[in-house]
Amino acid sequence: MNRRTIRKITNGLALCMSGLATAIGLFCLGAILWTLISRGVAGMSIALFTQNTPPPGGTGGILNAIYGSVVMTLIGILIGAPIGMLAGTYLAEYGRASRLSSVIRFVNDVLLSAPSIIVGLFIYELLVVRMGHFSALAGAVALAVIAIPVTVRTTEDMLNLVPQGMKDASTAMGAYPWRTITSIIYPAARSGIVTGLLLAVARISGETAPLLFTVLNNQFWSTNLRAPMANLPVVIFQFALSPYKNWQQLAWSGALLVTLAILILSITARVVVSALNPAGGKQR
Amino acid sequence: MNTAAVAFDSRHAARQRLRETLFRGATLVAALLVLTLLGGVALSLLHGSWPAFSHFKFAFLTREIWNPVTDQFGALAPVYGTVVTSLLAMIIAIPISFGIAIFLTELSPAWLKRPVGVAIELLAAVPSIIFGIWGLFVLAPILQRHVQPWLIEWLGPLPLIGKLFQGPPFGIGILTASVVLAIMVLPFISAVMRDVFETVPDVLKESGYGLGATTWEVIWKVVVPYSRTGIVGGIMLGLGRALGETMAVTFVIGNAHRISPSLLAPGTTISASIANEFTEAVGDLYTSSLVALGSLLFLITFTVIAAARFMLLRLDRRALSSV
Repeated sequence: MNRRTIRKITNGLALCMSGLATAIGLFCLGAILWTLISRGVAGMSIALFTQNTPPPGGTGGILNAIYGSVVMTLIGILIGAPIGMLAGTYLAEYGRASRLSSVIRFVNDVLLSAPSIIVGLFIYELLVVRMGHFSALAGAVALAVIAIPVTVRTTEDMLNLVPQGMKDASTAMGAYPWRTITSIIYPAARSGIVTGLLLAVARISGETAPLLFTVLNNQFWSTNLRAPMANLPVVIFQFALSPYKNWQQLAWSGALLVTLAILILSITARVVVSALNPAGGKQR
Repeated sequence: MNTAAVAFDSRHAARQRLRETLFRGATLVAALLVLTLLGGVALSLLHGSWPAFSHFKFAFLTREIWNPVTDQFGALAPVYGTVVTSLLAMIIAIPISFGIAIFLTELSPAWLKRPVGVAIELLAAVPSIIFGIWGLFVLAPILQRHVQPWLIEWLGPLPLIGKLFQGPPFGIGILTASVVLAIMVLPFISAVMRDVFETVPDVLKESGYGLGATTWEVIWKVVVPYSRTGIVGGIMLGLGRALGETMAVTFVIGNAHRISPSLLAPGTTISASIANEFTEAVGDLYTSSLVALGSLLFLITFTVIAAARFMLLRLDRRALSSV
């Protein structure tokens, strides 16, 4: 075999392996979704959405867990999003080139990838120990801590996309920076910021580790923010590992619901981005 | 609004200045809060783990024992499990991620690029608890029935590496946890790799093709060397994820506080120990030991992530907004 053939064969092999790797990645996603659908659909019923979590062997649904997850995610995003947006605004506008900003940017990037169970421990030490009991509020704060770095990052990125000319025009009209930011830059970057919020919601709505020892779980309907509250991730965790068939079925149905919600949020966020930037996704 | 009137209205100007100060102050406070968060996490972990560290001293790091009944705790088994599962996961995930990144940047036809890219990104959006139940109920039985017996039969008798593949096929254990972790981190690594590959100037690649290089030669001798720092940064970022991943591992690791030579045996990781035992921990020393494990995890992941981010600093930040 001459050199040329060897090179050609190497090339072909390498490219085949690359295609194979992609196939493996896609297969994993497909396999997970298929498992969720095939096992989760069996438990889809009216009762799932209208009844609370049952005792072992009984019948019931996951209404209280759905409610708890929605409430905590909303409170988490209501606390986290304004802080994240303001901090992102500082990084993109006021402190753009300052030394402090580059430190904050770095710390934020670290927080973005920090293990979520660490956040759970932090909130446990900060709130649960002080208050003396587990509470939905502590869980919501834990979720907020996870949402903050995501919002900071997306807000800064989106504000940076606003053309400098628009900012200059506003400044030339005599507007103070706060006026330029709130009346010109925010509206211009609106769809980008919304995308960031959607991604943050998607990120926190499936988080389990930070909830384990902040909200715990609650078998019953509860709207008290100062008490443990049922929530989908922890219910899925406990029910899936239980020996009871009816609990495992509820876990699969819950898992399907959570995943569908998150995938829909993520896809919506991407659609918003590509509407904003027709060149597609992250290409500059 | 009439600008001339505005300019001369000093009360209006004062109000504008006040709002400016307030808004600017609010953004600064929020930005400083991000800094405080990291500091707060470090301090609260240190505070919570102090009883354990002061009681066991250095021995906490070097002992394998984990006995809640006699209040004897050591971090060696969870630390070992964390490091081994993560490294194994990286060994599996790096080649696959590399392949995906190559496919997306160099091979894929234009119409396929976006759907495949989005699908891989969606894999990153799937919550870790989903990987956990999938790993426990689907992947573990498959590995137990089809893969592990084969590994035991063919690799078990080998010298040196044979020890890694001995014992009964449990299904759950270090190996299964590593496979699940690998699937979880591969979208993160491939996203970073794809983004750094896209920063390679076309002119460089075209010069390679112009000299008669094959696609693979251009990738291996032009694209990879050009983006080496970014590749390593992406890998470290994936490693940081794998080290701290909790729920998926908790389902499939088996939660045994011991160090077995076999990769097929159950083990535990730092995060799995915390997730499993924290709410059941009785007594200050037990709780504190778990928080101390958390501090170790924080230290390890912080170092890895900080190194990764440092390497990725030079890249265009826009390119990395998905991770």
